[in-house]
Parts: sequence; structure tokens; C-alpha cells
Amino acid sequence: MDMFTAMHNGLVQMGVPLWLANLVPPLVKSLILLLFILLNCMFLIWMERKVAGHMQRRMGPMRTGPHGIIQSLADVIKLISKEDIIPSGVDRWVFVLAPIVAFAPAFAVFMVIPFGPTLIAQDLNIALIFIAALTSFVVISFLMAGWSSNNKWSLLGAMRSTAQLISYEVPLVISVVAVALLAGSLSLQEIVEAQRQSFWYILVQPLGFLVFLTASLAELNRSPFDLSEAEQELVAGYNTEYSGMRWALLYLTEYANLITFAAIASTLFFGGWSGPVLPPVVWFLIKVYFFIFLVMWIRWTLPRIRVDQLMELGWKGLLPLSLVNLAFTGVYVLIR
Amino acid sequence: MLQQYTSVGVFLTVGALFVAVTLLVGRLLRPHNPYPEKLAPYECGEIPVGGGQVRFNIRYYIFALIFVIFDVETVFLYPWAVVFEEIGLFAFVVMMLFIGTLVEGLVYAWKKGALRWV
Repeated sequence: MDMFTAMHNGLVQMGVPLWLANLVPPLVKSLILLLFILLNCMFLIWMERKVAGHMQRRMGPMRTGPHGIIQSLADVIKLISKEDIIPSGVDRWVFVLAPIVAFAPAFAVFMVIPFGPTLIAQDLNIALIFIAALTSFVVISFLMAGWSSNNKWSLLGAMRSTAQLISYEVPLVISVVAVALLAGSLSLQEIVEAQRQSFWYILVQPLGFLVFLTASLAELNRSPFDLSEAEQELVAGYNTEYSGMRWALLYLTEYANLITFAAIASTLFFGGWSGPVLPPVVWFLIKVYFFIFLVMWIRWTLPRIRVDQLMELGWKGLLPLSLVNLAFTGVYVLIR
Repeated sequence: MLQQYTSVGVFLTVGALFVAVTLLVGRLLRPHNPYPEKLAPYECGEIPVGGGQVRFNIRYYIFALIFVIFDVETVFLYPWAVVFEEIGLFAFVVMMLFIGTLVEGLVYAWKKGALRWV
């Protein structure tokens, strides 16, 4: 972005040391993205409650503001003024660090997401590996939170999450590699560019997208794969002992991951920001919000599956399917 | 090139600082009134039996082993996907042989019943 180059040059001319001037553009970009994530997550929490409400033939939040639109703001004020309970017997350092390990990588992923032709914080030529690496951190944060809480529900929830996350990561990554194979690149911006020059990859990757969607729902701990926080049997899973703002940060991470998933799905399979007439960023947000709505729709429609079904589906269903898809994609790329 | 990875560091730092700052700001606003009953681990209202950090049968141990194998495979898949068009058929055959070897292992584990959640 030119604005940031100008900012950088201006700072250097003012006598700011180069290393410090180098830090300023990414810092400004990260703060903008942080604001974007916070506002969107607050909106999404309200949206999820409204969607859930209307799907169950009730209204959802209605009191705070028109149609309860500022309900999330009220919740934030409530949560920040709530007592922060650190139970006795917890492993204090691990307990405190878990939200940081959860949020920081989930936030850093937004760096490589293209919102428009130039509207991207920092494109990396290894963006897909970067995303896969950072989104895996969520396993560590779950284990940290679950183990340190000194609570049996937390431990059980964390163990289940770990089993689920590692089982679905492999098919997820292999379905993503098939897209990289088509585009011949790991950079998200180049993948969008390749789709602009040909067609949306959903047309040749319907199977890949299905695997990606299913595996992502599992990675997001979303229904029908929300076993780790199955309220009826595990209270709340790994975050049972978290309260107040500490809990809110874990919750925020889940919604940030939801946005990440929707952004990656639209970038890899649905042309990202490309589209006619409307500006690119509008197209991108339309696609992102469509996928977010899809996930909510699935959540409030399908019942939860059993843990043994979950493992079977991952290893005996999705993994072979993703490999078959990869082989077919290879053949397609060879003969096209 | 290095500039790109400065961004990674900045983003991770900002993410971590955001969590820390939010919690510190909250400390100024929230009450702090602990007593033993409040600090007890939640066990549906009962008095907790034993500690929470118990020895635990990790059922996904075998799954974790297979996961490591396939996760290492995906690391090889990324560069393969990028240079695929340059190398062509040879790359395809070699990778299919590699995946085939791993799938053979998966089939073996499957037949042995290791992929069953007991």
C-alpha cells in the first residue's frame, strides 16, 4: 500500500532509525486489523444469537438498541467488570498464558488474508504454510487451558479437542494443497490472481471443498463437531474454569478463527475478492459473511455426532477422500 | 524479504500484548473478593474429589502417531505443489508412490483396528 510506503519514507527522512521505521507500517496495519477483528467478532456474536433465535422461532436479543444490535457491547462491559477467578490448585502460569497462546496466532493469520488487490497486510510466498502452522497453535492452547485448570471437565474437553483437531488437520491440509497445485503457488494473492485468469476453483474442486468444509467445522469445534464443549456432558470443555475477561478472550479467539475459516474458504475456492461491478473488498466481505452464515446455519440445524463416529469420519472418510482428490487434481493439472 | 517476517513478529507481539493489556485494564475495574468456596474447581456443585490433573488414558495415542506421519507428509506436499508444473509427470509418479507407501501404512492400521475409538 502506497500510504504505508509514504509513511515509512517520511519517518526515515525525519531521522527515525531505519529499524524503527520498518516496524511502523506493520504496527499500524496490525492495529487496523485488530480493530476489524474486534468489531466483527462483536457483530458475529450478536448475529449468531439472532440466527439461533430466528431458527428456533424466537427473537434473540431485543432489548439493547434496535433489535439488540448493541447487546455485544453491553456484554463486553459486563465481562470486563466481572471478577476474574483463578481457582485454587491451577497451574497459574499455564492458565494465564493459554489465552495468549490462543489469540496471538489466531490474530497473526489475518496478516496474509487478501481483502483486495492491494488491501493485504503482508503477502507471504508461503502463506498457506503460515496459516496451517499458526492455526495449529490452537491445539496447544486447548491443552494448556484444559490441563492447567485442575478440573476434570476441562481435562476431558481438552483431550477430546486434541484428538479431534489432529484427526482433521491432515485432510484439511491435503485439500488445501490441491488448490495450491492448481494455482502453482502458496501465496493467497497469487491464488486469487490465478482464479481471476481462469475460474473459481470450486468448479474443479467440489470434493476438495467438501472435505475442506467438513474438516474446518471440526477444526473450529463447531457443531456437528462441537464435542469438546458438549454442554450436556462436559459443562463447557477446556474453558470451564475461565471466567470474566479471560474467558471472553478465548471466546473471541473462536470467532476470530471463524472469520479466518470463512476468509480462506472464499479465497481458495470462490475467487477471493474478485467479482464484477462492486469493489473488491465488498465482494470479499459478502463471501466471508456468506460462509459465516453457512457455519451458523449448520450449527443450529445438525445434531452433534458421537466421538467414535467423529474419529471414523476423519480417518476413514475424509483422509482417503482428500488423497483421492489430490491425485485427481494432479492428473487434471498434468493434462490441462 | 526480511521485512515480510518483521510483520510476523509485529503481529504476534500485538496479539499477545492485546490480551495482556485487556486483562490489565480489567484489573482496574473488576472486584477481587476470593474465598475458598469460590476458588474450588467446578464439579457440578459437589465438593471436588481428588485433583484435576490426574493420570489419564490418552485414547488418541495411536491416532497421534499416525497423525505425525501424515503431518510430515503434508510438509513435503507444499513444495511439491508449487513446482509440480515444472517437473510434470515425474513429480506426479514419485509423489503418488510416496503417498501410496503411507496409505499402505494407513490400511494396515485400519485392518489392525487401530483406527477404532474404544
